[in-house]
Amino acid sequence: MDSFFKTAQTVPLNHYILLSAIIFSIGVIGVLIRRNAIVIFMSIELMLNSVNLLLTAFSVYRGDATGQVFVFFIMALAAAEVAVGLAIIVMIYRNTNSIDINVLNRLKW
Amino acid sequence: MSIFYFIAFLSILFAVLVISAKNPVHSILYLVLTFFTFTVQYILLNAQFLAIVNFIVYMGAILVLFLYTLMLINLNKDSEPMKTNMVKIAAVLGGGCLLVVVVAALKVVGVSDPVLVRDPNLGLVKNLGKVLFDEFLLPFEISSLLLLSAMVGAVLLATKDPKIA
Repeated sequence: MDSFFKTAQTVPLNHYILLSAIIFSIGVIGVLIRRNAIVIFMSIELMLNSVNLLLTAFSVYRGDATGQVFVFFIMALAAAEVAVGLAIIVMIYRNTNSIDINVLNRLKW
Repeated sequence: MSIFYFIAFLSILFAVLVISAKNPVHSILYLVLTFFTFTVQYILLNAQFLAIVNFIVYMGAILVLFLYTLMLINLNKDSEPMKTNMVKIAAVLGGGCLLVVVVAALKVVGVSDPVLVRDPNLGLVKNLGKVLFDEFLLPFEISSLLLLSAMVGAVLLATKDPKIA
């Protein structure tokens, strides 16, 4: 098992940063191109997860467990955010019969 | 080493499919696959606790919540709102610019050291538990309060108003 991790982990840190940046950008594009509120939420989850992966990679790179504890907190936060956000989406659907975010452009003030 | 690149390719592929799938249910299923590839990445980094938590909390709880909400809302493909092509191109350009800026900033740094698992006990439950309940005890308790208030808020928001109904 030990030798497996030694041979598996010869990946430069830059490649982890690159992977996370690509996934994060895909999340940003997803927020911009979709009008379905649930898919926008899923894109936000994608961004959160790319940051989680980067924090874990840095934590292993530095040999410091703090980064992984932070990932744990981010996951707890994401669970809370999803619960409240989906409740808001259900409420919006009940009031407007649609989850198109363009219907909500009256929420300016 | 090549496992990382294969899994990274799969995550990018599934992430693109998440935002490009027409049907929201397909989007969620692709998101499950994306999160599974992230779990494999955590295992490769020997972060076993995070791998399990990612598997149970994200793939098990959060995505099931998404699926249930979608089922409650009862969407079909015809009602799926789409943006115009012009906005889509602009959005892809904007996201691409963000990526280019990050990659260009990364280029300045140059070649970095490989990520080695120096301490094999780092990501295990025993080690993380010691850090979590020692240094981060107060944030841990506060996050429990956050989850409680989120639960109350979700129930409050999603139940029908008895005066209206």
